[in-house]
Amino acid sequence: MAKLNMVKALNLALLEEMERDPDVLVIGEDVGVDGGVFRVTEDLHRRFGNNRVIDSPLAEAAIIGSSVGMALYGLKPVCEIQFSGFAFQSFHQIENHTARYRQRTQGRFHCQMVIRMPYGGGVRALEHHSESEEQFYAHIPGLKMVIPSGPRTARALLVAAIRDPDPAVFFEHKALYHASKEEVPDESETMPIGRAQVAREGRGLTLIAYGAMLRVALEVAETLQAEDGVEPEVIDLLTISPLDRETLAASVVKTGRAVVVHEAPKSFGPGAEIAASIMEGAFLSLEAPIRRVAAYDVPFPGFAREKASVPDVARVLAAARETLAF
Amino acid sequence: MPIVSQGDVAQAVYHALSTLPGSRYHSGRTGTAMPRTLIEPQFPTERLSILDGDGKLDAKLEPKISPDDLKRLYRAMVLGRRLDERMLKLQRQGRIGTFAPIKGQEAAQIGSVFTLEPRDWMVPSFRDTAAMLWRGWPIDRLLAFYAGRLEGGQPGPEQHDLPVTIPVATQLPHAVGLAYGIQYRGEDAVVMTYFGDGATSEGDFHEAANFAGVWHVPLVFVCQNNQWAISVPLKKQTNSRTIAQKSGAYGFPGIQVDGNDVLAVYAASREAVDRARAGDGPTLIECVTYRLGVHTTADDPTKYRTDEEVKFWEQKDPLTRFRAYLEKKKLLDASVEEQVDEEIARAVERFEAMPPADPLAMFDHAYAELTPDLAAQRAELAARLEAPADGGEPDQTEPPSPPMRGQRRTTRWQN
Repeated sequence: MAKLNMVKALNLALLEEMERDPDVLVIGEDVGVDGGVFRVTEDLHRRFGNNRVIDSPLAEAAIIGSSVGMALYGLKPVCEIQFSGFAFQSFHQIENHTARYRQRTQGRFHCQMVIRMPYGGGVRALEHHSESEEQFYAHIPGLKMVIPSGPRTARALLVAAIRDPDPAVFFEHKALYHASKEEVPDESETMPIGRAQVAREGRGLTLIAYGAMLRVALEVAETLQAEDGVEPEVIDLLTISPLDRETLAASVVKTGRAVVVHEAPKSFGPGAEIAASIMEGAFLSLEAPIRRVAAYDVPFPGFAREKASVPDVARVLAAARETLAF
Repeated sequence: MPIVSQGDVAQAVYHALSTLPGSRYHSGRTGTAMPRTLIEPQFPTERLSILDGDGKLDAKLEPKISPDDLKRLYRAMVLGRRLDERMLKLQRQGRIGTFAPIKGQEAAQIGSVFTLEPRDWMVPSFRDTAAMLWRGWPIDRLLAFYAGRLEGGQPGPEQHDLPVTIPVATQLPHAVGLAYGIQYRGEDAVVMTYFGDGATSEGDFHEAANFAGVWHVPLVFVCQNNQWAISVPLKKQTNSRTIAQKSGAYGFPGIQVDGNDVLAVYAASREAVDRARAGDGPTLIECVTYRLGVHTTADDPTKYRTDEEVKFWEQKDPLTRFRAYLEKKKLLDASVEEQVDEEIARAVERFEAMPPADPLAMFDHAYAELTPDLAAQRAELAARLEAPADGGEPDQTEPPSPPMRGQRRTTRWQN
């Protein structure tokens, strides 16, 4: 067991998988000599060389598009898009091809590849460096959409995504990169994609979150326990798509109330799908309407105003109390 | 046949042109202009023509192709043309959906694809039926594709071919990635990819060309410049004098060929494939050709181009001149058309004998394994399919549903 931050934990996952499987390679802007702008690919270039750790030209569409070609050939590229805000220059390659090749060729070809992207706010960064855009990828059939919440889940889920025969978009929250250290097992560890975790067992209310919002949800749960005598259950979603509806429904059947928290804008966001899923799976157990606490439906407002839009403890706490009082 | 001229000759020519007022290469500077240093002479771009539109052969450039191969080339071109004509009829009859005819582009496709080995990779766009047939796609499978069936997009288990790609130019980065894979594993294969003149305006073309140049991958870009991207003519598509010269900016050779001259297309492709195989990097081949037919079966070209223009290009038909060439060599088999029509007729029969498309198959390859959501959706569709379609008693069995009214446990609503 070593205590690692999320950057080191992700780096460990890449190192392990590259050592385990010669078909795994890393491609992106500045991922080689520089080790990535967040240092997630640190030292891989020295170990594995130019051909396996590719400092690509600065072009998102061809990073994803050429990775599709590599994957069709049988390689397993792990692509890095430097910031999720720049991924739209490759969106057509993700939606038109990465997600569809298995279907289009009826299984003759598929894209075993991972598209890593730092996402999320709270890091005093400019436009296109602070957004949360998981909803676009979660809506694409053929793709998986994964968001770890800390070092241990980041390492285990990245290993799982690399080994998964389906393509995955893998979001890493920038504010979590150095936020905390966690015990990460020495031996290789994976977690199943498509399964949520109960981060905290409880009763009376289910808080559903993922990525950096998990910390917010856990803090709200602590406060509610201390001040309101309620012990909410907290679910760490981990995979946005395919959604673990079973875990969501089972929790709300038990608690009767749910609040969903995400950093993406509210309308048509993951919270809508989660709420619909709870309606389908736990309708008769609901004691209150499902609440969504999310960023407002405005384009990124700049980091000087960001805090007013991204959910924080006070806002989630207020929503939780209203839900409990309904 | 050098593709790139001697640099010093080109530089001298460029210098002369750049000082000539009125020349398109004129620097625009006169008299007291600041002295500047020429560091890159105009990218020299050559055009290759061997068998011209009048059937005149440049004997010293004539490639060595065996009589059998010449016959195979001709047969493949005829097959492309005749299938195109047959597909138009099938489309008009509603037996297949919209497709993009290749008429006029047979030499560009067959002359190039002929230079590939089965182990090589072919990455088509959506107007490459002749090249795809050469690579072993069964006719009935292509018909299935244009009949909207997923089965039509599946290459054979040993086939090194990607399926039709519809979004323009997006297949080009895939070709680069395949070529990277070949290089990465040190295997002996090359990649050839097809696209049109319109595709050269897309970012994916430029990104792919740039990556290919930087990575020096074994790849041949074959542009079929057929003059029209639906209704937009080449002059509205690019201000470059040629498409071939675009490769110069990415650091690899390009050549323009008469795309209706199968011998010229073959000769340029042979050289490019050999170069790629030898580890000497990518090449861009611009085949100057013409789309004699419609863009797709949903298009009416009389709206944007003249009959005179089409007639002009009909005089340059790639099949006419190649047929005359073979006739002179006494290699023309008069029964080719008949054989090809027979082959097509048999394939159409196989296509029409296919069982109806099973709707449930849509779930089979969305993911490697059915996700729980897809398993539920598949079960729902299966149940719907079991209900009789003739208006008789519907199947009463339903998939498991959420808790029903009466099972309510909510305290709020129980009083």
